[in-house]
Amino acid sequence: MTMRLGQRFYVREVLSGLGLTAGHFFRNLGRHIARSFGRRGVPGAVTIQYPEERRPYSPRLRTLHRLVRREDGSPRCVACMMCETVCPAHCIYIVADEHPNPEIEKVPASFDIDLGKCVFCGYCVEACPEDAIRMDTGILEFSSYSRSGMIYTMQMLLALEPAGPNGVPTSPVPIPAGRTT
Amino acid sequence: MIADLGIAFARVAFVMLFVLNTAAILGWVERKQSAIMQDRIGANRASIFGLRVLGLFHPLADTLKMLTKEDFRPARADRLLFVLAPFVSVFFALVAFASIPFGDTLRIGDRVIPLQAVTLNVGVLYVFAMLSLGVYGVMMAGWSSANNFALMGGQRAAALMISAEVAIGASIMGVIMVYGSLNLMEIVRGQGALLWGWVPKWGIVTQPLAFLLFLTAGIAATKRIPFDTPEGESEIIGYFVEYSGMKFGMFLMTDMVETAVIAGLCTSLFLGGWQVPYLMADGLHWPWGSVVALSPLTVTVLQVGAFVTKIAFMIFFLMLIRWTLPRFRYDQAMRLGWLGLFPLSILNIVITGLVLLAVRPS
Repeated sequence: MTMRLGQRFYVREVLSGLGLTAGHFFRNLGRHIARSFGRRGVPGAVTIQYPEERRPYSPRLRTLHRLVRREDGSPRCVACMMCETVCPAHCIYIVADEHPNPEIEKVPASFDIDLGKCVFCGYCVEACPEDAIRMDTGILEFSSYSRSGMIYTMQMLLALEPAGPNGVPTSPVPIPAGRTT
Repeated sequence: MIADLGIAFARVAFVMLFVLNTAAILGWVERKQSAIMQDRIGANRASIFGLRVLGLFHPLADTLKMLTKEDFRPARADRLLFVLAPFVSVFFALVAFASIPFGDTLRIGDRVIPLQAVTLNVGVLYVFAMLSLGVYGVMMAGWSSANNFALMGGQRAAALMISAEVAIGASIMGVIMVYGSLNLMEIVRGQGALLWGWVPKWGIVTQPLAFLLFLTAGIAATKRIPFDTPEGESEIIGYFVEYSGMKFGMFLMTDMVETAVIAGLCTSLFLGGWQVPYLMADGLHWPWGSVVALSPLTVTVLQVGAFVTKIAFMIFFLMLIRWTLPRFRYDQAMRLGWLGLFPLSILNIVITGLVLLAVRPS
């Protein structure tokens, strides 16, 4: 591909590029300075300072799972094993038990999710016939230094609440007993 | 005798501290300037007792990290050269600044102290000799690492440096012809004169083409973007691919110091060095005739301040280029060096010679 003569000498194109970046530099510098003197105005950067500031999350965002409770506080889950079966990462471990109420067939004795394996596909939510598992807590910060620290038990998942407006979590991040830090 | 020694030591210490601190702060400048240019905020998390100071502690944190990292050496590396390479690289970059003057002479009692670490009659040649020797460190690093990518980076660096040095040497020839000296102090003094009574006779006025060529070749000599083929992050990592810890840090420091040296050279050769327009040894002589008398100490402070300001501006400009332009391909860089900068430098010498012949009273 042939270049125009002006492009071949680089200088003009380089200068126009420098003009663009220098323009951004001085515009943003001015905005930063204006804001540091307390003036409200256009911010000098598009950065979101993450741990202090969070961008609004979409309500569709799949975050940490929670188990929905009945009115008496017991899990709505009936241990049908649908989610465990559909899970592509095999990260859900359910042990079924008899429910004291004869109208309800089963209840999970334990319901563990290994988040170290979970791929956050949301299939478990789709598969659940009882609407007993949801991924709407808004919690994303549950990293751990150990694998055992990533296993979340039924009690922890039952205690979680759905996220508030803009996806801000309303319940604290649950800490598994096996987590070292 | 003791006083002379003390003064010599103070001159060297001033330049050394100036260069080292500039190099340290350049890491911060680079992060922050690039961030602001790109609508970001930039590194601001390093803190001491919760005090962040715009991220100024990040260079400190970097140094701590590099000092405490594992000092790795590949099993098949040449032991001596591998260790020596970063030292050679950073040493020649550091000493290159020695003959750049940061002020006119300072009079204390009956002593006349030139504000320059080392007074050399061949100051310009000395700086370029040191800059050229710096390539040995890079080549040694590339060769001794026993790594093909490192070798390739070292070879690219050598080729780039040679094509840049030729253009640098040829482009400053015009400046030397105009000011008639190889002594950087004399060149800067010559730039204090006025053209037509009101334009400062700075190098950028008398030699605009040489300034452009020198700046381009100088950026190539620092091996930074847009001439960072020796490093080539996305393709070969370059000559320091096997280095870690503070040895890698020394290569980084070389880059920063070389940027400062090129900025200092540009300032001295083309931007009037420590000259403040219309400031003579006894005060300001405005072109319309009025004179503001200033004490010698004020004049010296103004001169050193002007030098530092000009260096800061040049560094800002070099950083602006570094964060604006994409990388030249290897063959493009070669072609630019040999077929662009070098012939234009020769042309500049010829034109300068003709103009000097025409202007000079016979």
